[in-house]
Amino acid sequence: MLFKDLRKGLSVTLKYLFTHAVTCQYPTQRLNVPERGRWLHALNLHEESQKIKCIDCGLCEEVCPSKCIEIIPTENEDHTKSPAIYNIDLGRCCFCGLCVEVCPELAISMSDKYELAGYDREKFVFTKEDLIKVGIEYNNKLQKKEGAL
Amino acid sequence: MNKTYVVENEREVIVNMGPQHPSTHGVLRFVVKLDGEKIVESDPDVGYLHRGFEKFAENMTYQQFMPFTDRLDYLASMNNNFAYAMAVEKLLGISSQIPKRAEYIRVIMAELGRIASHLVWLATHALDIGAMTVFLYCFREREYILDMYEMACGNRLTYNYIRIGGVARDLPDGFLDKLKEFVKLFPSKVKEYHTLLSKNRIWLKRTKGIGYISKQDAINWGIAGPCTRGSGIDWDLRRDMPYSVYPELDFEIPVYHNCDVYDRYLVRMDEMIQSNRILEQCIEKIPDGPVMMKDSPYVWDPKEDIMKKNYALMKHFVKVVQGIKAPPGETYFGAENPKGELGFYIYSNGEGVPYRMKIRSPSFINLSAMPVMLKGHYIADIISVIGSLDFVFGECDR
Repeated sequence: MLFKDLRKGLSVTLKYLFTHAVTCQYPTQRLNVPERGRWLHALNLHEESQKIKCIDCGLCEEVCPSKCIEIIPTENEDHTKSPAIYNIDLGRCCFCGLCVEVCPELAISMSDKYELAGYDREKFVFTKEDLIKVGIEYNNKLQKKEGAL
Repeated sequence: MNKTYVVENEREVIVNMGPQHPSTHGVLRFVVKLDGEKIVESDPDVGYLHRGFEKFAENMTYQQFMPFTDRLDYLASMNNNFAYAMAVEKLLGISSQIPKRAEYIRVIMAELGRIASHLVWLATHALDIGAMTVFLYCFREREYILDMYEMACGNRLTYNYIRIGGVARDLPDGFLDKLKEFVKLFPSKVKEYHTLLSKNRIWLKRTKGIGYISKQDAINWGIAGPCTRGSGIDWDLRRDMPYSVYPELDFEIPVYHNCDVYDRYLVRMDEMIQSNRILEQCIEKIPDGPVMMKDSPYVWDPKEDIMKKNYALMKHFVKVVQGIKAPPGETYFGAENPKGELGFYIYSNGEGVPYRMKIRSPSFINLSAMPVMLKGHYIADIISVIGSLDFVFGECDR
C-alpha cells in the first residue's frame, strides 16, 4: 500500500531527473534582461550639445509616490534651466517608473543596471553626476545593440 | 481581538503561535487555548504589517496610488492594479470607454496573476504539510509567468502596469507567442500536481474533514473567493457581477460541497485550469487597436502629444500636479481576486485626491473566520487551515 503512493510520486519526479536543469547559476551565468526592465535610473544628455536634457519642471519630483527625488534648479547663461542638484534616494525608491512616464523631455529613463546592493546608506543617494554616467553607459550600450541589428 | 483567556482546569493551556512562524505566511500571531492537543478557542491577532495605505490614499492623486495597490496582495499585484483601476473608472464614469485591446490585456494579466497566486498557494500549502517536491515544481511554472510579466512591464513583483483608462504600454513583441506556449504546457503541469497530491494518503489525512465551515457560516462571515466555493456556494464576481470582457468569455465556476481543506484545494486546482481556458480564448480574441483612452480629461496624454503640442503639455502638468478631478460622489467596486473579493470604496468630494478610500481585503475577512474552522481540531491542523485560506498579510493589514 505504501509503495503505491511512493511509486506514483516517483513516476513524476524521476522523469525530471533526466531533463535539463531549469535554474540559472547566477553570478557566473546571467539571464538576458528584458528591454523594458525597470532598474537604476539614468539621466540623458542631448546628443549634439552633450547638455543635460532635464529642464527642471519638477514633474518627476511631484509624481514620485515615495518622494525620493530631490531637485534644486539653476539658471544657465542662456536663461534655460537645468538642475544644480538632482538626487535620487534609492533607499526610498520603489521603482514604479512613474517619473519616466511623466517626463515631458525624455530626460530620465531606466537603465539595465540591476545590481544595486551596498554597504552604506549614503551610497544609495545617487547624484546628478552618477546618474549621467549611468545614462552615457546605457545609451552607448543601446546604440551598440542597434548597430548590431 | 486580543481576548484574555482564562484557563479553567489544569488540562488547558494557552499557546502563542507566531508572529514569527514559518508557516503563518507572514506575521500572524495566533493565540490558541488548548485542551490537551484539541483547540478549544482561538484568536488571530493581526496588524503587524500595518502601513496605513488607506490614509496614504487620501494624500495622493489617483494615478499616484497605483504603485501602492501592488503592495496589497503582492502575489497577485496585477489583479490589485486591475481592481483599483476599475474602481476609479467606475467613479469617473468611463468604464465603457476603455479600448477593447486594453480590456483584453488586463484580463490576460489578471488571469496570469490568478495562476501565479494559486501556484504560490499550492507550493506553500504543500510545503507546510510536508510535500517538498510540489513547492519546487510550482515555482518553476511561476517563474515562467514572472518572465512574461517582466517582458510586458519591466518588473517581477510590483508591476504598476494597469492604468486608469487602459494599460501603460502595449504588449511587447513575442509576448503572445510565449503565452501560447505557456497555455499549451500548463494543463500537463497541473496534472502532475494532481498525481503528486490528490490521491496521496498523507495529503488526504491532513486535509479531508479539516477546517469545516458550513455553507451558512461561510455566508455569515462574508468569506469570498475559492473558500466560499469550497463550501458549496456558487458565487463568482466574474460571472455574477460581470466586469471588463468576462461576459464574452466562456468559463466554468468550480464548486465543491464538503466545506473542508481538501475541497478548497480542489476548487483552486480547477480554477487554474479555468484561468488557462480564459487565456486560450483571450489569445484568439484579442483585437488590435489603442491600449489607452484618448482625449479624456482623466488620463495622461501620450508622450508624443506632450512633446509636440503646447496645450497638451499644459494639460499634462495640471493632471500630474493637481491630479484628475473626479466628480463628487462615492462608489464601490469589487473584483474577483485570487484570494476573494477585493473591493475599493472611494469617496470623492471633487478634488484631485480621494476624501476617503476603504479597501475591502479578502484576506482579512477570510482570516476572521478561522476560529470557526479550527474549533475542535488538533493543533497541527492550524497549519493546513492557514494554508487552505491562502491569505497574504500585505493585504490583510494594508
